Amino acid sequence: MQITNRNIFIGFSIIIIILPLIFTSSYSLSIATFSAINSLIAIGLCVLMGYAGQVSLGQAGFYGIGAYVSSILSIHLGLPVIFACIVAMIASALSAVILAIPALRLKGHYLAVATLGFGEIIHIILNEWGPGGPSGFGDIPRFNLFGFVFDTVMEYYYLSWFVVMIVMAFSINLINSRFGRALRSIHDSEIASNAMGVDVPKLKIKAFVLSAVFAALGGSLYAHYVTFISPSSFSLFQSVLVLMMVVVGGITNLWGAVVGSIIITILPELLREFKEYDILVYGIILILTLLFFNKGLVPIVIEKLQKVKP
Amino acid sequence: MSVFLQFLFSGLTTGAVYAMVGLGFNIIYNATSIINLAQGEFVVIGGLMMWYFSEAMKLPFFISAILAVASTGLIGLLMERLTIRPVKKSDLLLMIMITIAVSIVLRGILMFKFGKDPYTYAPFTEGEPIHIYGAFIQQQTLWVIGITLFFIILIFLFFNKTMLGKAMKACAVNPVAARITGINVDKMVMLSFVLSAMMGAVAGIAVTPITLMEYDRGPMLAVKGFCAAIMGGLGRGRGSVIGGFIIGILESMTAGYIHSGAKDAVALVIILVILFFKPAGIFGSKTIADLRRF
Repeated sequence: MQITNRNIFIGFSIIIIILPLIFTSSYSLSIATFSAINSLIAIGLCVLMGYAGQVSLGQAGFYGIGAYVSSILSIHLGLPVIFACIVAMIASALSAVILAIPALRLKGHYLAVATLGFGEIIHIILNEWGPGGPSGFGDIPRFNLFGFVFDTVMEYYYLSWFVVMIVMAFSINLINSRFGRALRSIHDSEIASNAMGVDVPKLKIKAFVLSAVFAALGGSLYAHYVTFISPSSFSLFQSVLVLMMVVVGGITNLWGAVVGSIIITILPELLREFKEYDILVYGIILILTLLFFNKGLVPIVIEKLQKVKP
Repeated sequence: MSVFLQFLFSGLTTGAVYAMVGLGFNIIYNATSIINLAQGEFVVIGGLMMWYFSEAMKLPFFISAILAVASTGLIGLLMERLTIRPVKKSDLLLMIMITIAVSIVLRGILMFKFGKDPYTYAPFTEGEPIHIYGAFIQQQTLWVIGITLFFIILIFLFFNKTMLGKAMKACAVNPVAARITGINVDKMVMLSFVLSAMMGAVAGIAVTPITLMEYDRGPMLAVKGFCAAIMGGLGRGRGSVIGGFIIGILESMTAGYIHSGAKDAVALVIILVILFFKPAGIFGSKTIADLRRF
């Protein structure tokens, strides 16, 4: 069976379009929307980790910058949401550059702790000095474009998945371009790619900035969807969740990031009936996935399908 | 002066715990190159088990302490057996994820068993706080610092003077070569998990009467201990101890003199600054860091 990115892309788009016809409740559409928002952060992290080979435990920091900058600008300066969102992405990109220049000299555990430190510092800043402090603030305007307000769950569902598919198309093209090949060469050997004339530090910074921009886009979409944000959504736990999404879905495949996001977002909802024990069941499922499907679900499924003769 | 001393003492107490957690990180890192992010949970388990044996079961102090340390060691053993050993390939990210998942499960079990309330028990010795230049120092604080120093010395003696400790160090330097000389590497990895779980438990037992203990303390302790280990240079036991105390003292000074909410940020800012200027930590060697895979 032929599995190309193009086929998956078309198949996925069809599923997205018809899904609201099957699951009509606003509850399930809302979860699907959150899956889309998480996908954005996960796709960025997947490019950074799966292709450039750099670990980040601080994506929630960029996610938080995106959400806060975008909502503060749209509330206090009255900027149209789309501009606020773009400024938020630029702000996140700038902070990524500032962090990346020193941090990407580090590797392995040292890089992990540097990014973790960054994410936690952003969380603490939002907690102490952000508007509303630990309890956050509300009245964030809904996302709107040319006077059209996305105020039903269904509209927001289509908006967010539309954005995901654009980001996905962009990332797939990027990975298969000269830039993507150079990234993968860094993943395999920094020294060898340096010798081949790849500007390793510059490329790493670019990948890092890209992941920060995607995370900020996700943050902005999140803020203008829930219209109320507080620092607790942007803690270390969120960074860990995004990491889980990428690993569970399969770090070597961009579609893995999307599938992983959907699974990790839906899982807690399915575990509702376990009440307080949900965290226990959640942890056990994670361990089992990591132990037995540690290549990630998408690469395993693709491998299986490719063995099937037409 | 008295205020400064007061902050110093409280910094030393938390610093001692961070030092123990950092040392626990190093024990496992040295044998396996893994960073075990469930390290903070070992501290919590130690404290809560001590409460269970001494308060709920009314066992004598020493027996409870031994049982608490032993049961935490057993959990370390189970963790290694069930989740670390089955994964043969050593992938930095996968290993970090697995230890995070284990810490989530451990937190779930702790919440199930102990609920969300904080627990405490009587300090090791009764008595008035001691006055030093106008500052108060609780007797338990002295216990915490004393126990920490005692165990740190014990660990150093173990790694440098005993055959078993040297064998564990050999596994860190080169597992293949260690295996050729007849060292059972698998056993050493298991032992490293047991040892570091027990270290965590000791820290938890000592500090619970001062700071109380609840089920979700683990992650923050792990982050700070991780910072301590990184600050000292991964793999450097002595460095992580000094790093732990530095972080503890700076935190308590920041909370006291600047802003209590900024306390957690300070440790992280310092870590970032140190990493940027000296990427292998204060006491770490750049050459060694470059040679290790992670």
